[in-house]
Amino acid sequence: MARLASSRWSIVLGLAIVIAALPFLFPSNYYFRVAAIVNIFALAVVGLNLLMGYAGQVSLGHAGFMGIGAYSVAIGSAHFKLHGLLAMLIGAALAGLVAFLVGRPILRLKGHYLAVATLGFGLLISMALANEAAWTGGPDGMGVPRLEILGYRLRGPDTWYYISGGALLIGVILALNLIESPTGRAMRAIHDSEIASRVAGIDVAAYKLRIFVLSAIYASVAGSLMAFLNGHITPDGTAGFLRSVELVTMVVLGGMGSVVGAIVGAAVLVILPQALTIFHDYEHLMLGLIIMVSMILLPRGIVPSLLARLRGGGA
Amino acid sequence: MSFPLLETDNLSIAFGGIKAVDSVSLTVQPGKIHSIIGPNGAGKTTLFNLISGLYQPSSGRVKLGGEDVTGLPPEQLARRGLSRSFQNLQIFFRMSACDNVMVGRHRHEKTSMLGHLFALPSVRAENARSRDLAMGLLERVGLAGVANKEAGSLSYGALKRLEIARALATEPRILLLDEPAAGCNAIETEEIDRVIHDVAKSGIAVLLVEHDMRLVMRISDHVLVLERGKSLVSGTPETVRNDPRVITAYLGTFGTEEANRA
Repeated sequence: MARLASSRWSIVLGLAIVIAALPFLFPSNYYFRVAAIVNIFALAVVGLNLLMGYAGQVSLGHAGFMGIGAYSVAIGSAHFKLHGLLAMLIGAALAGLVAFLVGRPILRLKGHYLAVATLGFGLLISMALANEAAWTGGPDGMGVPRLEILGYRLRGPDTWYYISGGALLIGVILALNLIESPTGRAMRAIHDSEIASRVAGIDVAAYKLRIFVLSAIYASVAGSLMAFLNGHITPDGTAGFLRSVELVTMVVLGGMGSVVGAIVGAAVLVILPQALTIFHDYEHLMLGLIIMVSMILLPRGIVPSLLARLRGGGA
Repeated sequence: MSFPLLETDNLSIAFGGIKAVDSVSLTVQPGKIHSIIGPNGAGKTTLFNLISGLYQPSSGRVKLGGEDVTGLPPEQLARRGLSRSFQNLQIFFRMSACDNVMVGRHRHEKTSMLGHLFALPSVRAENARSRDLAMGLLERVGLAGVANKEAGSLSYGALKRLEIARALATEPRILLLDEPAAGCNAIETEEIDRVIHDVAKSGIAVLLVEHDMRLVMRISDHVLVLERGKSLVSGTPETVRNDPRVITAYLGTFGTEEANRA
């Protein structure tokens, strides 16, 4: 117990130090912006990893929930003149509610069938956002009013870097707490054997639904932060199918069932395309190659495979 | 004779016209070991799956502690005190041995998911309690030494005992064990023998499917022989051992002649 608790707090402490120290290495605002995007994606991926890596349920439509969070902030503050933070909370509640309603029927599906059903859900959200132009501005997207707290306008990538870093830290603490709790054991058990879980008294359907709702709330908050950071959002950029695929790739690349892996996966997939622009026309080719080679050499994901190697167990 | 803890009344299930379990009635008393034997394909595991809620019976009833529980799902039966192990292991392979057993504590853990997210002191206390109980059970089945090892790295015999420990963690009133000694060596079988004895002595009813006849005859209070889904003979180990129909069921008519000659 002491060992587990200390490893939990060492992860949190390590992350806090990294978030606080990185700005000293940033030569320009551009770096703050990229790092803020890493934080935001990492937050969504930590949530999705609870669902995929721990509970073993895939979702190919999670960007849909990011879209709900992003557009709740945009529509709430632009059309209803709500305070941005209130709009963000409403978005999180809405995403949770939608996940609850959608999750009940589709979480009965398994494996590829669940993947396709969630994919359909994601497409539905991004199409709705693109079509309801009166509210959302259509495919071109809409502007997001600046968040104001106590008369102070929050702008600039550095401000949002620290805010998103704080949000990520909170998300990581909650996720780590959950993993070492009865709920966490139940979801890991469901991943390995649903039958044995049921015999142990676990209501499998109820737990899948709870984790789905929780991961949707993570994604929604991440989407809201993205909207605040960018000041402008589009259906494709927040809720598009490729975004969903990107989130899943971050989970798998970083390492299923590893909170640190989720962050590393997000960081790699956000930073690499920026770094690879030096290859000009071959940028996407290089990105694809690096992902492939990484999965071949580190098949369990970057963090779990490297940890196994450090312990001398091989990948 | 005390009140029966588990009763099945003419329990049947058919798969595509074939009656895998056909009108089986049995009663299990608290603290007693009730074994089910029979040739391969006799319907022993199917009967277990019916009783533990994994299959829905075509007809017949299951009563647990006097309450009709026919058709209830396994998670509801777990809350009413029924637990089981599996013939083909159902282990949480990526979790530690201790965590596997802690999952068995699930129905006794009362804190909410919101509490779990914030790691409230009540949750930490509950975690510690579950861990202590799990460690005690691992000790009881002789696995305390591997508590923190990933279950996937344990031997087959250890996993069999791990399943029993996990089932016991639910604090069942009745425990269904499906071939707990299959694939175990003599020492491991002896250990399982001892564990089953202890379990029954603590007042838990045990329903056992097992192929190791020496084990069955040694520890059972009551034996039921199934053949092609039907109950063939039922009684004390002695009655069953000496019943010619049982020998026929296992060895065929030719075998009976051989046995008689011997």
